Amino acid sequence: MARQRRVLKTIGFIVLLGLTAIFLYGGFAFLKNFGGSKLVATALAIVWGLGSVALLYFVLNRMAESLPRRARALAVPLVFAGPALLILTWFLVLPTLRTLWLSFFDETSMHFVGLRNYAFAFTNRIMLDAFRNNLLWVVFGTLACVGMGLVIAVLADRSRGEKVYKAIIFMPMAISFVGAGVIWMFMYSYKGVGSGIQQIGLLNAVVVALGGKPQAWLLLPVWNNFLLIAIMVWLQTGFAMVILSSAIKAIPGEMLEAARIDGATEFQIFFRIIIPAIQGSLVTVTTTIVIFSLKLFDIVRVMTGGNYGTNVIANEFYMEQFTYGQTGRASAIAIVLLVAVVPIMIYNLRQFAERRAFK
Amino acid sequence: MKKPGSIPGQKSRRSLLVNLVLVLICLAWLLPTVGVLVTSFRLPSDIFNSGWWTVFPHRSWVNAGEVRIDPSVDVNGPMTIDGKTATFEEWRNGVEISHDRRLQWYGNKRTRLLIEQDLRWVGFNADLNLDNYKGVLTGGTVTYKDGNGNTITRLGNNFGDAVMNSIAVAVPATVIPILIAAFAAYAFAWMEFPGRKTFFVLVVALLVVPLQIALIPVLRDFTRLKLNGTFLAMWLAHTGFGLPLAVYLLFNYISQLPREIFESAFMDGATPFTVFVRLVIPLSVPALASFAIFQFLWVWNDYLVALIFLGDKNRVVTSALAAMVGEKGQDWHYLTSGAFLSMIIPLMVFFALQRYFVRGLMAGSVKG
Repeated sequence: MARQRRVLKTIGFIVLLGLTAIFLYGGFAFLKNFGGSKLVATALAIVWGLGSVALLYFVLNRMAESLPRRARALAVPLVFAGPALLILTWFLVLPTLRTLWLSFFDETSMHFVGLRNYAFAFTNRIMLDAFRNNLLWVVFGTLACVGMGLVIAVLADRSRGEKVYKAIIFMPMAISFVGAGVIWMFMYSYKGVGSGIQQIGLLNAVVVALGGKPQAWLLLPVWNNFLLIAIMVWLQTGFAMVILSSAIKAIPGEMLEAARIDGATEFQIFFRIIIPAIQGSLVTVTTTIVIFSLKLFDIVRVMTGGNYGTNVIANEFYMEQFTYGQTGRASAIAIVLLVAVVPIMIYNLRQFAERRAFK
Repeated sequence: MKKPGSIPGQKSRRSLLVNLVLVLICLAWLLPTVGVLVTSFRLPSDIFNSGWWTVFPHRSWVNAGEVRIDPSVDVNGPMTIDGKTATFEEWRNGVEISHDRRLQWYGNKRTRLLIEQDLRWVGFNADLNLDNYKGVLTGGTVTYKDGNGNTITRLGNNFGDAVMNSIAVAVPATVIPILIAAFAAYAFAWMEFPGRKTFFVLVVALLVVPLQIALIPVLRDFTRLKLNGTFLAMWLAHTGFGLPLAVYLLFNYISQLPREIFESAFMDGATPFTVFVRLVIPLSVPALASFAIFQFLWVWNDYLVALIFLGDKNRVVTSALAAMVGEKGQDWHYLTSGAFLSMIIPLMVFFALQRYFVRGLMAGSVKG
């Protein structure tokens, strides 16, 4: 009897799995060839995508739960954590190894070339320029974001309109790099010189009003890098400000009060009390923005395409792979990017081990 | 003992200074966006001829009439016109007759013509309309008049479809990783299985991995599976790249839930699945919301992943806007309205749910 029931159950699950597969694949095939209105297609795609994931978990869990006790103790966690681990393996772990592998081969990925791609990455003129520019991004971009964020956080803490000020500084966080690129391209736009020509870019209009000569800013070597960095500062200062502001608010009020009673000036309070107290948050914000500026791509891609001396590593990665078809070189560049963030990765792991969040 | 800074006058002066600095910074932060917003409503010819700030009321020289010079006047020496004496070069640069009236020579010496200009308040009747938005949203052809009065015909940018595509990409690419990560975070926090700790350390390590490392191999897989250009490819890719942060954030939250509620539920015979659906998900709504906003903004604003896996088929707003920069770099009326269209939805999400977003940022400021 029991055996018969188990056989029936197994058949039932096979049917269920089959139906799930049909829903998953059928939906995909249907949507791919769907010719109806965009609105309907969008709605269907969303329903199908979310439905498939929910259905998969439900069916798999049902199967795991029906197993005998000992197998179940292993199968249930597998159903819960398995999909996440599978996807992480497919999209991050294996690709890292595969990219490392590819970085030792030429553009056809067939012939082993040893370290030639790395030699390219560290000696080619274009790459060296990209490294220099990335260094500018990392140093000046990070300094400006953290510095501005800190100043605004401290000042806003002492004013009544704190919420409004912070919301305004924070707002660009919601804007895409491409959108920000357009916004700032318009700020920097240049219309040539001549009588009767009115500059329509704000920067040139200000320069003219102050008696200067209008410039094609994005074509000015070296300085154009700083104008691009300004865009990142505009986008990311809000992030630094929010994190630092909440760290400042966590400083006990008595500490500041006691310092003031002892006659400390505001500057002494800032450097001797506030800065040491928010050290942890400063490190977090700095590392996040450093990583960010290391892999920066969109701003440069949209604004200059990496021309006029503004190339960066991530853009050169894109160019090597998708413009020149140099897979080996592109892979080597990606590995260089990864190695650059390894110290931060180790720091994170150490912090994590210290916190003992994982029992 | 006197406390420094306790004198009322000094204190209010200091707070005035603080507010002044903040107002100036905020103004600088707002101006670029305001400029684009204003420009997106202006006529193409106006955009080309004058800065966007001229739509605000301001005093400016306005042509009021002409003055002809008698042929007997020697144009090479100093000339007296309306009581002012100046050389030709000075007249050419414009001479102020009174504080609100000036004369400027038009063209070369032979024209013998001066333009009379009055200083007047202008900018009350700026021509603002929604035509640029119509032109950007449509997929058909559009025409407009440029700065020199020529009529120009262009192919529309089909931004309407791009917005739809962005929604179709961003909604599942937000919900799917949350669902998968919540299941995994629950398993990591409350279940026993071999390799639990090792796998979680891996998740923490993957937090900062730059996604460039994965693009080439994943693109190869997608090509083999014929997934390129489909929404499914985008969902999978964004799920993969967003998962480490999602698992990490949700683990931090779910592992802090009180043990007792699970114990009593299991006592009543609940399975892990029902505990997850009935207890964990409802109790974790704040953490889920934080990550949801984070991921939604990230996916909506992403350009690199869309550029590589979606290509020109099913363009999302960022790639549509970037393509527009390439094709119509000087068509500011379309660029600005396109930029604004791409910002509306994320800005709405952002302002409506700012509180959750900030919380998510604080918990997850390790994302790479």
